[in-house]
Amino acid sequence: MPLTAPCIDKVPDCCRAGLFSSVLPLALFGMLCLAWPGVVQGEVFLVEWAWVPSLDLYLRFRLDGLSLLFCLIVTMAGFFVSLYASSYMAGKQHLGRFFVYLHGFMIAMLGIVTADNLLLLFVFWEATTILSYLLIGFDHENTTAREHARQAILITVAGGLFLLFGILLLKTAGGSMTLSQWALSGDEIRNHGLYPAIFICVLVGAMTKSAQIPFHFWLPNAMSAPTPISAFLHAATMVKAGIYLLMRFHPLLGGTSLWTGTLVLLGGTTAVWGAVQALGPYDLKRILAYTTMMALGILTLFLGGQTVLSLTAATTFLMVHALYKASLFLAVGSIDHQTGTRDLRHLGGLLKAMPLTAVAVATATLSMAGFPLFFGFIGKEIMYEGALAEEMFPVFATTATLASNALMTAVAAIILITPFLGRRPLMTAQICEVPWTMRLGPAIMGGIGVLFGIIPEWVSANLVQPAVFAYHPAREEIRMVLFHGFKLPLLLSMITLTTGGLIYWFRIRLRHFIQTGLDRLWITTPGIYQRTLDLFLWSAGGFTRTLQSGSLHTYLSIILMVLAVIVGGSWFVHIPSVFIVPGINDDWIAAGLCGFILLSSGVVVTARRRLAAIGGLGGVGAGVALIFLIFGAPDIALTQLLVETLTVVIVSMVLFRLPPIDTVRKRARTRNLFNAVLSLCIGLLVTTFLMGVLTAPLDRSLTDFFEKYSYIAAHGRNIVNVILVDFRSLDTLGEICVVVLAAWAGVALMRSRKKEE
Amino acid sequence: MEALMALLVGLMIAAALYLMLSGLLVRFVFGFTLMGNAINLLIFTAGRLTYSDPPLINPGQTILAGQTANALPQALILTAIVIGFAMTTFLLILLARTFDQTRTLDADQPPFLCELPDTGPLASNINIPEKKG
Repeated sequence: MPLTAPCIDKVPDCCRAGLFSSVLPLALFGMLCLAWPGVVQGEVFLVEWAWVPSLDLYLRFRLDGLSLLFCLIVTMAGFFVSLYASSYMAGKQHLGRFFVYLHGFMIAMLGIVTADNLLLLFVFWEATTILSYLLIGFDHENTTAREHARQAILITVAGGLFLLFGILLLKTAGGSMTLSQWALSGDEIRNHGLYPAIFICVLVGAMTKSAQIPFHFWLPNAMSAPTPISAFLHAATMVKAGIYLLMRFHPLLGGTSLWTGTLVLLGGTTAVWGAVQALGPYDLKRILAYTTMMALGILTLFLGGQTVLSLTAATTFLMVHALYKASLFLAVGSIDHQTGTRDLRHLGGLLKAMPLTAVAVATATLSMAGFPLFFGFIGKEIMYEGALAEEMFPVFATTATLASNALMTAVAAIILITPFLGRRPLMTAQICEVPWTMRLGPAIMGGIGVLFGIIPEWVSANLVQPAVFAYHPAREEIRMVLFHGFKLPLLLSMITLTTGGLIYWFRIRLRHFIQTGLDRLWITTPGIYQRTLDLFLWSAGGFTRTLQSGSLHTYLSIILMVLAVIVGGSWFVHIPSVFIVPGINDDWIAAGLCGFILLSSGVVVTARRRLAAIGGLGGVGAGVALIFLIFGAPDIALTQLLVETLTVVIVSMVLFRLPPIDTVRKRARTRNLFNAVLSLCIGLLVTTFLMGVLTAPLDRSLTDFFEKYSYIAAHGRNIVNVILVDFRSLDTLGEICVVVLAAWAGVALMRSRKKEE
Repeated sequence: MEALMALLVGLMIAAALYLMLSGLLVRFVFGFTLMGNAINLLIFTAGRLTYSDPPLINPGQTILAGQTANALPQALILTAIVIGFAMTTFLLILLARTFDQTRTLDADQPPFLCELPDTGPLASNINIPEKKG
């Protein structure tokens, strides 16, 4: 289905792409509903195919209570977002691409929450990272959007690497790659020496994805994405992937004081920090992003706990948040779409113009604030119960929950009251309600928030309990009721609402206070991120400028120095102390030839004139040819003489078209000295190498073979020739190819020169 | 004799590298040719030196009789000489063309060096940091 979207893009009415493709999530949602009663009964749906069995990688999908809950959220939000986007994105470019990304993302997300193989989960995990990058940067002509997309992908990919490392460590520690077997092997892993390392790696993976401090800053910046994307990825689904990961790892890694302490402190800090920052901005989407950060912090906090109450609180709040946040994001998108702004300072009095959106926002914000009869109220009650029952830091957990909930209440009031009540600014006088496709999502998701608030027993029995049981072994019955009685949680709820009201009253002073406080922070995580990025670019630039300078001298020197250090260094250890070189009778002619070659080489090196250099080269060639002749190799001596003559002729031809050697400026004495030392080092290396070769016994087996079969098999008496044209004829063919290619390239170069002339 | 050859090869290699490092492209080609000769001698010496007859089978015989020179390195060197010649020729033509284009044969002059831009301005526009956090 997503693959067909680009074709629909061509249809003039591009809304149809969205309408048509929203059938996919709806159909999936319907199928999940069919499986739902079975899952509530404790049934588990499982399919498996082998993918790479040698790597423990199986395409193994499993649908239990927790997966079902996530799948329902993903498909429901996916449906409303597709529907919404069909109108919201109308007239934008690349709509086909947009829906491909969107539904690709949805499928990857469903893959994460249904994968029963850890490596498979990781594959989908990375897929969501890449797709979210594409979606955040969808408006790719906007520099800010591109930068924010890059920031999100760098941070989440880094987290993904940590997760992968954690997976590998887990495998080393003997952990199973099958998620559903973790409940059995938990103790073994928790007592393993690698446990802390595994825990940290998995945690960092979850923290980056779920925007926990200090990796939180990409989330507010991800608001550069089109609003339907923010609603889908950054409220309802992707940011919850980290939470899902923690839930799945709970039976395996949870229960230690390391787990509980870290998660409670981390989650509490993130929640309060996010909630405080939510008061600061005027941009509605940014406010919502910070409240999402708060929600993710709260979820992490409660996942730190071991009790059923704590996990129930996390699971319930997950649903509460998904419902109200997706609804709010879509409603804010509607406001933005109709008025052209999401700035609180320019909004007001929209109640009459957009009544249905106003109702949707009202239900969502009241749920967010946790008013009685709304689902958020149930969530808050159970949260306080869970926080009070926390094994570690119950006071901290309760205080953090209370503080962030109170701030949430105030933010909810700001979101509800400022845009919809009060005086309507002149510039928004002409606006009207959005089309039905954009009203449906916020209204229904807000409506579900009310409905669930009235029938909490049904919700707890059919959604929360199967989900919690899927990752918690204790089978205590979970029962949520409309009214818990006059107990401490109710008192805390009342305190929350009152404090929230007070904060709302003093919001302007508080906002000023928060903004000035934030501006004074001298060390911030985005700053560290930026400096790290700059450092990478700076060092990469430095390396490139040093290594890729284009200087022949630098390149050669580096290669030769590496050779001298590595090869020479290793020989220094392994070299035989005595060279036993076979000494055939010393011959004055051969020794004289050696001297002649050396002398000629010296002439080439020191020559200041071209003629002298050419003469020296010819002398070397001739000397080498004579050496070949003396030691029984007339064939190569002949070839060498011929080739040497030709070389001298060609060198002379070319060289006298070029300027004389000594016209080039002199090099510094130190550089010449460096060159000489380096060359002599390599020369010494070669001499040592040859001595070593001569010390070792000669392996004559190949030579013996050629000597034996040269005439019998190839009917030739000149063994060297037989080797070249018969035994090793393919080598000779290669040699001919090189000669032809060189000639060809040479002709081409010369011809292009003539053309220019 | 072999030890003397080893010394000669080492010195020839040193001379060749010194020429290649000099920074003048003409000398680079000289060094390249010299190095080809040095390496041929190296292979030849590694196959052992003998004052004996070339590896030829006498007429009327089917198998090589008596002590002769090692045929294998000779075959290798024969190939190497021809390829070395082809490469030298190609290098020379390249040299001539390079001079046509750049009017210099000094490898340390600007047309041969790449000047990369400083990363300073690049880094500053790569990301706009968020002020709050």
